[in-house]
Amino acid sequence: MWFPRLATDRVLRACPVEAPFVLTLKQNNTDKLYCLNTCAERAGLHRGMRFADARAFCPDLVSRPARPEQDARFQAALRRWATRYCPWVGREGEDGLVLDVTGSTHLFGGEEAMLDDMRQRAERAGLALRLGLAGTRGAAWALAHFEEGIAAPDELRQALKDLPVAALRLDAETDTALQRLGLRTIGNLAAAARAPLARRFGQDLITRLDRAMGDYPETVAPEADPPHYGVRLTLPEPVGLVSDVMAGASRLLDALCARLRENEAGARILCLTLRRVDQGSHQIELRLAAAMRDPARILRLFERGISEVDAGFGIDRMRLEAILVEPLPVEQISITARARANGLDDLITRIGTRIGLENIQRFLPVDSHIPEHGFVLAPAAHSAPGGGWISSRPRPIRLFEPEPVIGPVTSSTTGEGAGTFPPERFSWRRMVFNTARSTGPERIAPEWWIDNDHWRPHWRSGVRDYWRVETRQGRRLWLFFTPQSPRWFVQGEFA
Amino acid sequence: MHEVCGPAAPAFAAIACAQHTRGQFLWVRESWQGEALNPAGLAPFVDPARILLAHAGRQAESLAVAEEALRHGALAMVVIEITRPLDLREGRRLQLAAGAGDTVGLCIIPEGMGSNAARTRWRAAPVFDSERQDSTLMRWEIIKNKAGTLGTWHVRFDPKTRSETHRETNRLHVVSPAGNGPGSEGMPG
Repeated sequence: MWFPRLATDRVLRACPVEAPFVLTLKQNNTDKLYCLNTCAERAGLHRGMRFADARAFCPDLVSRPARPEQDARFQAALRRWATRYCPWVGREGEDGLVLDVTGSTHLFGGEEAMLDDMRQRAERAGLALRLGLAGTRGAAWALAHFEEGIAAPDELRQALKDLPVAALRLDAETDTALQRLGLRTIGNLAAAARAPLARRFGQDLITRLDRAMGDYPETVAPEADPPHYGVRLTLPEPVGLVSDVMAGASRLLDALCARLRENEAGARILCLTLRRVDQGSHQIELRLAAAMRDPARILRLFERGISEVDAGFGIDRMRLEAILVEPLPVEQISITARARANGLDDLITRIGTRIGLENIQRFLPVDSHIPEHGFVLAPAAHSAPGGGWISSRPRPIRLFEPEPVIGPVTSSTTGEGAGTFPPERFSWRRMVFNTARSTGPERIAPEWWIDNDHWRPHWRSGVRDYWRVETRQGRRLWLFFTPQSPRWFVQGEFA
Repeated sequence: MHEVCGPAAPAFAAIACAQHTRGQFLWVRESWQGEALNPAGLAPFVDPARILLAHAGRQAESLAVAEEALRHGALAMVVIEITRPLDLREGRRLQLAAGAGDTVGLCIIPEGMGSNAARTRWRAAPVFDSERQDSTLMRWEIIKNKAGTLGTWHVRFDPKTRSETHRETNRLHVVSPAGNGPGSEGMPG
């Protein structure tokens, strides 16, 4: 099955356009045509053309940016759909499917009837489709791309004889070279001597030819469906009590967790959709701090979300889906305090439903000697605790934005010899302090490999001389002096 | 549920955490509060890897988080920083949650904003130590105690005694300052 205009068909299904329509993709800094509809093709445009040229040709051109990743998803959806014809379906390139229909054609009333059925359904879905059916994968590809039809096994050579050599899935270079040699059709190529061809173009060309002719086997690689983690429950009568909804959720969780256990996976994000009788729906999203698949534990975490739902006239449909799934291998139960760690994960999840999972954080060390950049706060649910908190010098227990110190104008705050010692008397936060003992200085220079102007505006003032100042009033403060613009600041407080 | 106020309240909380040799701590704050905890500064008291931080948007949320954490019982201790006074209902709820989860809760309060439901209230202030450098001499004053008497202690935390063999040693030394009678050996757990 070849969908010659898969990308445009996908977009036009959602919003039909009667005018020439193209999808553009930026390649090598130029917008190029990625895919175009029949109307645009009739106007003389072709794939790979520059978008600016195309607009000059065709002023009323409608265009959209191409989304190749969505096209790939659409192709995957088509692949799943195509399993209605046979169980062996694989993807072929970016816009094709390959089906091994051996033994399943009679279910649709023969090959012709099956292809008709495919064509009808594709047409109804608004997709251009070209089909080729042959005994080999290569021949089917050639037929789909160049001459739609069915080739019986004994007529295979006859059917392929007049097709151009490009039908052998050759690259453009080989194709051109073969054209120059006068080998324009597959028939010509098959009749030519094989050894010189292999020497000239490599074994690949011969293999392709043999595959198309059926002299060399080629398999269809079907893709396994990814496991689907969604379950639903339809109720004969709507329910409205929290306990009833919880019972329903419990049943759904049992089914979902059984499936997770089969695949050794654990859910990380769960979404419970409650559909009301009046077609309204309510979604409860549960983000878990760790992958888990224990129904009883997850159910308890749903309590808060379910109790907040407005049931209206009642809920008659429930759907539970695991949106994010992570592998969770079976673990050996040991006597260590694993249960307590589990309890902590539960607690993080529970708090996370209230304030957001990313707001529960832990400290992680960062390799920087700038005090306020020596650590980073990382979400606890997505990080493991890190160690290595060794500092050679005492550090304050609290850090704040540098606050300027207001001190009496003496020789130590301005002028000659400023900064050699902290001021004797200073006031900070409207409190007056007398310096009793000061330890320092410890010079910390800004990290020159970082753009301090942009990222760390506080460090624009250059190096800092840090002092641990013990005041007579008791408080132990962390002061620094900036020699390049002589001033004193308080940045932290020791225990 | 205990309360602590005064300039050395964070140090008081860190030392209280240091009394627990196992388990994790949750430190609940409101996200707008500017003064950051410095893990490098906490390291002599308690391993920063054992501390979890929760940043709530409002005080109502941070109280709810603290209540949930206290009730859950998986943590060794919960520290909550509050900015406006707790009413009796809020304080009592925290107290009940701490009782149900068998977890110690410590509330860092601004001066004079204590709640009636707290078991004890402390005031911690640093004191200048004329004898030792790098000292952590503090004056701990118990200003409310539901089950005991009030008192004042001068204490000093000594990170040097922290070693594998002395895991269980109390690293807090009660010192008798000049002109002040020695306090009792009783320490909050």
